[in-house]
Amino acid sequence: MTTPGDSASEIWPLWEVFVRSNRGLSHVHVGSLHAPDETLAVRNARDLYTRRSEGVSVWVVPAAAITTSDPDAKGAFFESSAGKNYRHASYYSKSEGVKHL
Amino acid sequence: MTNTITPDTSATADISVEEQQFNDLIEADSRIEPRDWMPEGYRKSLVRQISQHAHSEIIGMQPESNWITRAPSLKRKAILMAKVQDEAGHGLYLYSAAQTLGATRDDMTDALIAGKARYSSIFNYPTPTWADMGSIGWLVDGAAICNQVPLCRASYGPYGRAMVRICKEESFHQRQGFEILLELMAGTQEQRQMAQESVDRWYWPALMMFGPPDDDSPNSAQSMAWKIKRHSNDELRQRFVNMLVPQAAVLGVTLPDPDLHFNEQTQQWDLGEIDWTEFHEVLAGRGPNNAQRLQRRRDAHEDGAWVRDAAAAYAIKQTARKQFARTAEMASK
Amino acid sequence: MSDDTVNIDSAGADADDHGHVAVAVTTLDAELIEGTSNATPDIAEYALWLGDDALVLAQQLGAWISRAPELEEDVALGNVALDLIGHARSLLHYAGTATNRTEDDLAYWRTEPDFRSLHIVEQPNGDFAHTIARQFVVSHYVFELYSRLRASADETLAAIAAKAVKEVDYHRDHASQWVLRLAQGTDESRRRMITALSDLWPYVEEIFRDEPLIDRLEGIAVRPSSLRPAFDAAIAPVFAEAEVELPSGFVASGGGRIGKHSEHLAFLLAEMQVLTRAHPGASW
Repeated sequence: MTTPGDSASEIWPLWEVFVRSNRGLSHVHVGSLHAPDETLAVRNARDLYTRRSEGVSVWVVPAAAITTSDPDAKGAFFESSAGKNYRHASYYSKSEGVKHL
Repeated sequence: MTNTITPDTSATADISVEEQQFNDLIEADSRIEPRDWMPEGYRKSLVRQISQHAHSEIIGMQPESNWITRAPSLKRKAILMAKVQDEAGHGLYLYSAAQTLGATRDDMTDALIAGKARYSSIFNYPTPTWADMGSIGWLVDGAAICNQVPLCRASYGPYGRAMVRICKEESFHQRQGFEILLELMAGTQEQRQMAQESVDRWYWPALMMFGPPDDDSPNSAQSMAWKIKRHSNDELRQRFVNMLVPQAAVLGVTLPDPDLHFNEQTQQWDLGEIDWTEFHEVLAGRGPNNAQRLQRRRDAHEDGAWVRDAAAAYAIKQTARKQFARTAEMASK
Repeated sequence: MSDDTVNIDSAGADADDHGHVAVAVTTLDAELIEGTSNATPDIAEYALWLGDDALVLAQQLGAWISRAPELEEDVALGNVALDLIGHARSLLHYAGTATNRTEDDLAYWRTEPDFRSLHIVEQPNGDFAHTIARQFVVSHYVFELYSRLRASADETLAAIAAKAVKEVDYHRDHASQWVLRLAQGTDESRRRMITALSDLWPYVEEIFRDEPLIDRLEGIAVRPSSLRPAFDAAIAPVFAEAEVELPSGFVASGGGRIGKHSEHLAFLLAEMQVLTRAHPGASW
């Protein structure tokens, strides 16, 4: 499934924008914009989403190129990770209080 | 929340699983995200509200951009440019949020320039003096912020997130307006008159920005049940006036309401009667500048068509060129 | 605290339900680059050259905001205009130190013959292609200029140039991107782009003309004529990629640096100065 909002009818396609606010952090989705191509998309993203020094790096992705999980199946889709508490450190309560663990 | 109407979820027997999920999320004060199931009315209501809000930002650029070329100092010119530019940015954040609901920018723009979409009536008033830059910041942006801060918690995720960004950036808008008036009130006799005259013109329209009285506001109850809207029109208006009174004292301007007085019982400022006939006139398109604002937006859009077409055509050619180059490279190997 | 509290993440701003927005103390960059010493009359004159170019261009671009071909471009042109107004303020501020005048005294209270802007920045916005053509030429020229001015013996000019050159680098890129798209987009856009370039080209020559002032500022100012080869080299690849011939034709007389201006400047100043001049002595 593609990102909502993309429409083939628009003359300038929709781009999703991700900004890295500082070195050491991930790029985070901030919104979208319209641009005719990737060169202008990344410039528009710089102009629109980093007017107050919010970023050190910008990604733009055509909205049409994003595939998302199916929201209708979301219960089932993310069910598997529930019930596997042993993936979390806090599951191992007996080592509580032992240093450097 | 004590003042919200909770959605009617008592008749759970005949609603779908999706709808139940939606209601549960709203009930739990969680957020609805773009691909979630949502009632058609909720989607429509959001598209209407968000696109109107976006249009308001875009049309709202005009009364202020009028003064960019005439700003009385270079510092004020820079501030005003940055502010009007922010408004374009805010319009874009909001169009982006509306787009996640399936409304395209093209469609929203077409509706706006065809005169079929609404935007805040406040921007149909003229800005004949520099003091209007102060009044717009202090009164219009002030009222807008009152309306917007609760929207940061709107139940629709992308809308709430756009509003957080907008509120953060707008914090300077109201302050710069207040400071314009402060400077004028500390200035010459003419400057003080300019400030007071402007406040006289903007005060009532700013109060009308909160919308009609609660007993005459058709969409409010449902919006509050869906937690798109969090407070009633009258409630927000009252808060705004309570804030304005002490601020007006700091400025030394008079608020043009002879009936305004402090109510000891409620500890609020009671205001005089609002003349809603004017509001309805402006809303019906008979405001001082409705036609002019729309015409200017239409002109900008139409004059820009050849530029948008050119860039789109260039993008297609470039893609074709790259593909051709790749094919040629593969063939040569 | 009410339930409407919004934590507005990293910027440290916080808004409560009354719309009060408290902004955390942030370190604010200096708006103006200021030196420690006053400009000499010659340096002040040179600062006016550069400052007036930036000011007139910022004034022109400011008029685009809310009228651009797409909203994203309103924001982009706004950023360029804001950079330019910043350059103008720093340069005029510095120029003013020679005669104890402020940036606003210089911007609002000089008349046309006292302005030092080039004719090219005075050319009207025209359609988007004309504005882009003007941006293309001026930002390529200014980029080469500021790149060299960073090494000026005058510390203030060097500091202003060092900051501005990074911003102008972006302006140059922005204009080049649009020259390519308009020249290679549709038939209409190509026609408009070529027309705009040829309308503007007569004013290119003046940019690189040396005036006696430059001889007196050896090591401080950048000799305009020395920039021509770098300018030509920088624009050539863009013209080649755009498949556009370098325009030729007449050379306009120019004279901006000695106060002889195009007809356009008087209108531009009339609009820019109207309010300030109606209130002598007022502060804003």
